[in-house]
Amino acid sequence: MSAVTRPASRTQARTRRTASPRKVGRLVLRYVLLVGVLLFAVFPFLWTLAIALTDKTAGGSIYAFPASLFPRAVTLNNFMEVYRTFGLGKYIWNSVSITALTVVGTLIVSALAAYPLARFRFPGRELIFGVIVATLVLPGETTFIVNTLTLKKIGLLGTHLGVVLPTVAGAFGIFLMRQAFLAVPHALLEAARLDGAGEFTVLTRIMLPLTRPSQAALGIFTLVTTWNAYFWPMLVLSAAPDKLPLSVAVLKLKGQFNYDPFNIAAGALFMMVPVLLVFLAAQRLFMRGLEGAVK
Amino acid sequence: MRASWRDTLLSYAFLAPALVLLTLFTFYPLAYGSYLGFTEYGGARFAQGLAPKWVGLENFRTLLADPLFLTSLGNSLKYLLVVPALQLASLAVAVLVSRELPGMAFFRAAYYVPVVTSVSLAAVMWEWVFNREGTLNWALGALHLLPAGGAFGWLNNEHTAFWAVMLVTFWRGFGYYMVLYLAGLQSIPAELEEAAVLDGASAWQRFWRVTVPMMKPTILLCSLLSTIAALRVLEEVLVLTNGGPLNSTYTALMYVYSKAFQGFNFDYGLASAAGLVVAAVALLLSLANFRLFRESDGEGGRA
Repeated sequence: MSAVTRPASRTQARTRRTASPRKVGRLVLRYVLLVGVLLFAVFPFLWTLAIALTDKTAGGSIYAFPASLFPRAVTLNNFMEVYRTFGLGKYIWNSVSITALTVVGTLIVSALAAYPLARFRFPGRELIFGVIVATLVLPGETTFIVNTLTLKKIGLLGTHLGVVLPTVAGAFGIFLMRQAFLAVPHALLEAARLDGAGEFTVLTRIMLPLTRPSQAALGIFTLVTTWNAYFWPMLVLSAAPDKLPLSVAVLKLKGQFNYDPFNIAAGALFMMVPVLLVFLAAQRLFMRGLEGAVK
Repeated sequence: MRASWRDTLLSYAFLAPALVLLTLFTFYPLAYGSYLGFTEYGGARFAQGLAPKWVGLENFRTLLADPLFLTSLGNSLKYLLVVPALQLASLAVAVLVSRELPGMAFFRAAYYVPVVTSVSLAAVMWEWVFNREGTLNWALGALHLLPAGGAFGWLNNEHTAFWAVMLVTFWRGFGYYMVLYLAGLQSIPAELEEAAVLDGASAWQRFWRVTVPMMKPTILLCSLLSTIAALRVLEEVLVLTNGGPLNSTYTALMYVYSKAFQGFNFDYGLASAAGLVVAAVALLLSLANFRLFRESDGEGGRA
């Protein structure tokens, strides 16, 4: 609530005193600092974008500062070239496949597990919830070793399913969905049950439609993390280079095209633009998901 | 209300997928991985399909005698220097963007963009900054901070690579903690700050006397998360320097990874033991963090 009332009371506090030159000075200083941090945060992206759009046939080095930040001749050729010669489509498809499987899996598993934890009393509930929350703090330094051994044993090493399965059941998602389910009014569920709805119907017809924002937050969060994941897919797919996602393939690109930063930059944008668009479109949900998991 | 059989059965049916996956991919590997730390397993033994052989503390003795492990553990501890810098900066940035001024939503979103950047992309982009001909040398040259011909590759120099990698960790992290601090700042009652303003407190005094004490739980949480993350740094190192040059960026988890997966003499037993050491240090540091903040909390209460 305080977040709602605050801006109003703040303006009051401000208008009570007149704007002095010192205040204006402080405001200017604030924006100078803001722009400074902005440059630090986004400079690498802007430069990558500039390099990717530069027409390399026009000559010039990417290191000719500051001229290389403002390409004289702009082209999309680098994108086409890297897409064709490196077979980028394959890696994009792998990323899409791994990410889609993970998002769908996480949403299903989290919602299913969160429902009884939020709505039923049953022996073992506190224990199970405690154990799930404990996974947030348990140091898992050795889990990736045993997990690769397990995947090998069950024949999933080198497959997308092998990348996905170990990641879909997580405390983050279960916790987030439980919080959302707890907020659904009890009377609504009672009414549905009196009407003879089974628990699965209650979950799919009442709980899920009413908790769309939380699912969206969890879905977007999972999407971004999975799309960007590097270490785990690299490990699971080390023997299946054709199944690697873009996040891992991009570095192979660097090895292969070391002499051609234009192509590397274009490849990097292929990886970055989708996630950036998703983030910008849904940043409120995204950050809410983050806060929700921490509270 | 007593639990009915029906509810119990249904509950476990709903929980089944999560419980099966968690058991298989989280609890079992935690337990089995700990066990492997006390065994001889890997290499020829693994190839022949033999079971792990219990060797007690043998692996830990090997680790203590391995200069590479000691170096890697030292580097991981040194990496913790990023924590205070990261926390102070994110808190400051959060305060900077907390006022509802024009453009703030844009700045908040832009600062968060490095967080949603994959580590491999960060590696590609920062390589161009740290390069011999890169932006950093150019900027230092333009500011006359670099002697003529003094340009060098920051990631290829054993004195600077460590700090260069740390800067990337810093870059990828500050937006994340900024959001958490922002949430904390917004939960501080506005009346408190207004009262301080009416009492004639300067912005600086308000920050240290009102904001920081009220933010203590958030600061504890963030430094805890950040400490553990710093101790577990692996991806940045892997993609930026691969532990080099001269092992100057070789961290403890890098040791775990390379013992388990690199070369022909992979050693799951030794790697697991090294992982246990890192886990133990992480736990100890978390406890220390808790203590530290509880004690300073007590002092604040008395003052």
